[in-house]
Parts: sequence; structure tokens; C-alpha cells
Amino acid sequence: MTGDIKHLPLEDLHKAAGAKFGAFAGWSMPLTYPAGVMKEHLHTREHTGLFDISHMKLFEIGGADAAALLNRACPLDAGALTLSQSKYTLLLNEQAGIIDDLIVTRLGEKRFMVVANAGNAAVDEAHLQALAKGLDVRVDPLDRVFLAIQGPEAWAALSRAGVETGSLTFMHGVEPHENWFLTRSGYTGEDGFEIGLPEADARELLARLFDDERVQWIGLAARDSLRLEAGLCLHGQDITPDTNPVDAGLMWAIPKEIRASGNFIGAGALQEAISRGAARKRVGLKPDGRQPVRAGTPLFDDNGNAAGTVTSGGFGPSAGYPVAMGYVSAPLAASGTKLFADVRGAKIPVDIHPLPFTPHRYRKG
Amino acid sequence: MAKTYFTEDHEWLSVEGGVATIGITDYAQEQLGDLVFVELPESGKKLAKGDTAVVVESVKAASDVYAPVDGEVTETNEALASDPALVNSAATGDGWLWKMSLSDESQLSGLMDEAAYKSHIG
Repeated sequence: MTGDIKHLPLEDLHKAAGAKFGAFAGWSMPLTYPAGVMKEHLHTREHTGLFDISHMKLFEIGGADAAALLNRACPLDAGALTLSQSKYTLLLNEQAGIIDDLIVTRLGEKRFMVVANAGNAAVDEAHLQALAKGLDVRVDPLDRVFLAIQGPEAWAALSRAGVETGSLTFMHGVEPHENWFLTRSGYTGEDGFEIGLPEADARELLARLFDDERVQWIGLAARDSLRLEAGLCLHGQDITPDTNPVDAGLMWAIPKEIRASGNFIGAGALQEAISRGAARKRVGLKPDGRQPVRAGTPLFDDNGNAAGTVTSGGFGPSAGYPVAMGYVSAPLAASGTKLFADVRGAKIPVDIHPLPFTPHRYRKG
Repeated sequence: MAKTYFTEDHEWLSVEGGVATIGITDYAQEQLGDLVFVELPESGKKLAKGDTAVVVESVKAASDVYAPVDGEVTETNEALASDPALVNSAATGDGWLWKMSLSDESQLSGLMDEAAYKSHIG
């Protein structure tokens, strides 16, 4: 890591739109625009929100051993993905701790696209390059602008801007033009798309998109409240190299046959974790009243015994109440269990709440 | 006639008859973004200059508001319990936070007037 803060290629557009910037994962990112986080959040759920997520990293994995590399790095059967199919998966360490969470998309017989988190991009790349040694495979970090366009009108706004998405369904990705990567996915719980493309193409597309009043820039603050309401994990908070997929409730991302037979890194540790069972579980948390309960807040049972910790917390503009996520000891993880959060000495009652807080509205076809 | 003072921490005080009504400035509310909760002190609480008096919570984060001078809380803005966004829409009016009786009015001389505050925020 250098001390230098990185700047988005489209920073000038965000400045012109009146963004307030803040540091995130080594990048200067637009946190909010003049509309403010509440309106930005609600606009995304009602219309279309446009997010600059160029801080996230795209890697193209290509070569005869591309699937073999991915199957070693992730609890995944990459070869079983159909052409254009995407899969949420995890980069695991030997202890089955989560180095990063990724979306892998099959682009061709021997080509895959990996989308990685900004804060982990350098670690992921070094890890994948090390695993690629001796294999017939290349790991190429791509230089792209990466945009997310999310919300019920996202497809219509893209269509008006000349990008047809008709037959693409949730968790599928294609390459509609040279050096473009378009997937129907996102991190808001809404229908939507992520588009990686060269900067010049991005500027042209954005000019067309902003001709449409349904489209607004949305900052990182609303991206966080949207993903939290949708019950989606933020790596570095809700999942870390010290959390395993069993505790994190992410076993749905690991095919059953892979759990038993996979030769991915961390397979042994994961099998042990499965047979041991989760000691703690990731759960949704709904504080009573209006006071948000933030990451790091300790949780207690009604006898005052330590019960867990909040890992993400804030206010849910669509939910209309504070929302949070955290880990609690397994016996306390049932929905409806009442716990208490210690917020600056005050005991705030907190209910274990099913995730997501707002229903997913993906277009699964 | 009330006199208004400002602090480097972006609070305003409107002082009349030894009692200050205190809030955050428009600049401060804009920096914080949409507020969703305001934790107010109990009436009667004694505050020393620099003590945390109020916690304002935006969607994303909690921020402390400090007592700008010594005094005792006499009243808090109950309207904020149901409508914390008043601080955003009317920071220097209906979005006031608390009132306190001043223990030492000479502390006011260390604060800024509006012109000085405006040049402070540039």
C-alpha cells in the first residue's frame, strides 16, 4: 500500500455534480451528492441510481487452466458455469477465512471475469498470480471505468441510452462491445446492471444516461445503506479473513458437491467448520426506536452476558427504521430473539431480524 | 435582544437573559448529511465547556456536539424526537438542540460573531 489516495477517472463529473468526497479503501470516493443520502437511497429503489464503482477491480482470467485456477482459489466449480453465467463466490485462506468475496462470470470456454473489492484488489491479485504459477493461465487486471446502474427503471434507462439488456437475467454477464463487460447484478437488492468499459465509452454513455431524469448519481453512503437493507455483506466489516462461510451464513454460495470433494484452499478447514457447526452466526438486527446501532457496538442477552457484536449498522431509509447486521452466539440467532446493544452506556433493545430488511427484486427471468 | 455567537466547532448560541439556545450551523448540517436521530441531554445536566452535550446521528455516522461554554441544561428540543431532519431543514431555527443557563458569561467573549464565523468557514 502506498499512502497515495487514488482518484476515479470520472472525478471531474462527480465534482461537477456537486459530490462530497471521502476516503474509502484507498480511493477518494463520492459519498453524497446535493440530494443527500436519504433521497439518493429512495431514488434508487423507486427509479434508477447510477454509481461509479471504478474503485472495484476487474480481473480477466484466461487460459487452458483458467477454471483450475479458480477452483483452487475459490470453493467453486468454475467449469460447471454455463457461458455468461455469474456466481458469487469467496476467496478463502487455509483456515477457510474469507480473503474477499467475488463475482465470477464465464466469458468463454477458457475465459472468466472476476470482480473484486477495491480494498482487497492488491491482495487478491498477488494471491491469484501466486496460484497461477506453473499453470497455463493469465490473470490480467483491467483498466476500466466500472458503473452500477440500479433500480426498477435501470433497464429502461439503459435501453433509452442505446444499451439493450433484454434477455440478460440476474447473475449473467456478456461482452456487448470490445472491452465492455455488462452483467445483470448489483449490490442494492434491486434489479440492475454493472458495466465495465473504457473511459471514453463511459463518458459517451453517461452523457446519454443523464439526458434521462430517471437517472441520478448515487454516492457511497447510499450504496452502503442500500446493501445493508438488502442484507449483503461488506467485506472488511461483515466478513473478514477471520470469518468462515459457515459463521457468515454464506454456505449457499458453495455447491454441496464442492464442500465434500473440492480441492480449494481451505477445504479441510471448511469441512471441520461444517462438522463443528457455527459457533456464532451472522444475523440481521433491528434496534427498537430510531437510534442507529453502529459497527463495533457490543450486544448482550437479557442477563447481561456478552452475546455478540454489530458489524454494520445505520439507518434504513426504505425500511424507515435503523438496520444493522452482526454476529451473535449461535443459540441466540433465532429471529425474534431479544438482545441489548450498549450505545454510549444506554441499553437499546435489539431484535434478531430476518435478512434482507427490504425484499430483493432481482430479475431472475 | 438576543446576541448570536459561533464556535469553531460549527455551533451557534443565541444568548438572552443568561440563557443560551444552542444548535449547529447550516454549514455543519450540510457536512453531516441527513440526520436520523438526535440524542439530547437531560434537563438539569451540568455541562462544562468541551463536554459532549448532544450526539447527532446521520444515516452513516454519529457525531458529538460539544458544550461551547459551562452551564446547566434547562430545556431540549423535543420536536427532534419525531423529526430529527429539522436540524437539516432549519439548523439555525426550529432545529435548535438545547438551552442552557450560563455559569460564566465571560466565556462568550472567546466566541466568534457571524462575520468572523463566515470567514472561518471560508
